[in-house]
Amino acid sequence: MSDAQDHALKELGAYIEVKQPDAVLEVSVAFGELTVTVTASSIADFVRFLKTDETCRFSTLIDITAVDYPQRRQRFDVVYHFLSMYRNQRIRIKSAVREDEMIASITDIHPSANWFEREVFDMFGILYSGHPDLRRILTDYGFRGHPLRKDFPTTGYVEVRYDEDAKRVVYEPVSLPQDYRQFDFMSPWEGANYILPGDEKGAAK
Amino acid sequence: MMDGTKGFTDTLTGEQKIRNFNINFGPQHPAAHGVLRLVLELDGEIVERCDPHIGLLHRGTEKLMESRTYLQNLPYLDRLDYVAPMNQEHAWCLALERLTGTEVPRRASLIRVLYSEIGRVLNHLLNVTTQAMDVGALTPPLWGFNEREKLMDFYERASGARLHAAYFRPGGVHQDLPPALINDIEKWAEEFPQKLDDIDTLLTENRIFKQRNADIGVVSEEEITDWGFSGVMVRGSGLAWDLRRAQPYECYDEFDFKIPVGKNGDCYDRYLCRMAEMRESTSIIRQAIAKLRAPEGQGDVMARGKITPPKRGDMKTSMEALIHHFKLYTEGFHVPAGEVYAAVEAPKGEFGVYLVADGTNKPYRAKLRAPGFLHLQAMDHMAKGHMLADVSAILGSMDIVFGEVDR
Repeated sequence: MSDAQDHALKELGAYIEVKQPDAVLEVSVAFGELTVTVTASSIADFVRFLKTDETCRFSTLIDITAVDYPQRRQRFDVVYHFLSMYRNQRIRIKSAVREDEMIASITDIHPSANWFEREVFDMFGILYSGHPDLRRILTDYGFRGHPLRKDFPTTGYVEVRYDEDAKRVVYEPVSLPQDYRQFDFMSPWEGANYILPGDEKGAAK
Repeated sequence: MMDGTKGFTDTLTGEQKIRNFNINFGPQHPAAHGVLRLVLELDGEIVERCDPHIGLLHRGTEKLMESRTYLQNLPYLDRLDYVAPMNQEHAWCLALERLTGTEVPRRASLIRVLYSEIGRVLNHLLNVTTQAMDVGALTPPLWGFNEREKLMDFYERASGARLHAAYFRPGGVHQDLPPALINDIEKWAEEFPQKLDDIDTLLTENRIFKQRNADIGVVSEEEITDWGFSGVMVRGSGLAWDLRRAQPYECYDEFDFKIPVGKNGDCYDRYLCRMAEMRESTSIIRQAIAKLRAPEGQGDVMARGKITPPKRGDMKTSMEALIHHFKLYTEGFHVPAGEVYAAVEAPKGEFGVYLVADGTNKPYRAKLRAPGFLHLQAMDHMAKGHMLADVSAILGSMDIVFGEVDR
């Protein structure tokens, strides 16, 4: 990314910060992209500002997703991407939410947020207030749990098969003939958080 | 409702009660383009409500990606939009290259453009012809698939696989193209416009095709922004929005191509856009071949470094190269922490990868933004008030592939 583009993004970021001082927590430009961190309570107003403000005109919602950080107190980062076809610029908005916290839905500002918010609810269990139809979207009917949380195992909890006797598909707990393979590639010299075999005495010191 | 909860009162009033009819469209319907289940509420033959149930092809790609290395994740991208696999890989590679700051050699860049455009033709050929099948024509798919077969041969000759190519790699492309293959692609690109003319004669002025598509599923500028449309869904309505032009990636800015736009924003205009785009893509393919043959187009196809394998010859003589090769294919490369969103103009619209890296060899979070997801979401909005038979025409012109919608 060229310096001129970075400069333009910084200018835009500064403009947004001046216009919405209560909402914006942080503005950063990295890898040629503008990221604005805002407070969770102000997300709907902020998105409306971005859509209607003449300098911004972020009229197209590109994506809503979340990132799970289980060790943090505010566990989830909800991430929005917007595009302005009129100004030809993009922006990313991040907002941290706690597990027990609700965040405002933006479906009345961007109808296209509907399925994205359903997906985030399905995958992370983040609740949206004011969403018209917060059902699961991608997982099975009657699915339990939120698969993209870091504490959800990749293998899941149940598996299905067709039962010849019952003449229907039955759900059973997952049984794996072999453990799911998760290799640890961290070098023992950098940041391994376990004691190497034979190293027990050294660690006790 | 069909379940009788409202009670059956016909005999009480002595009058025929008219009620709305709910039907299931799919998940096993030839016009559902895969595993889509639509719950349609019909008033006579008019669609009142259309509720798509998706997720029947959900494979948990994003979850799986979190436990695999960056290189192992690449083939998952092929399996999203399996109609034009390499265009998805492209977004993944661009995201990684941006995070690692890798510069792709010129020849690799040209090959990527070449194969992205082949992917576009692959996609549009499938879409245009199956859309015709959805509204009743049988010959176009047969002709179209004939051409697709030739293109998939080119995929196979470059990567070894007809569909799941895994050919674009972070830092370049896996292997160089043999000169004979480039010659054959050029020969194909010369013949292809005639084949397109053939399909044109079948469809463009076909009365049934026009009646089924013209003025159906009209999209306005406001709807585009409201529903987050991209790709042909935007261009069909007269907005010349194309990421290849608006936010050029790779080396698209050196190519000379036009952006076809429609006028009315209906299914028929989107069909015309796709036909015109195929012609433009063919022209880009010819330009890319010319550039590949030019002296500046020669050279390596990988940025040799930490994220790419060493050359075969080096591994025979250099111990470091051998170690590097082993480490790359077991541990994989580490990507510096950061987050990035990389988008490409995939044939269906804007395909994007949002990547959160934490400095290890695996992505902390990868979100795949599929254009079809948003297009299908607007199904309720677009189908409302149309006839039942128009549902398949709208669905066809939206260009839905379930691999990417369900992920």
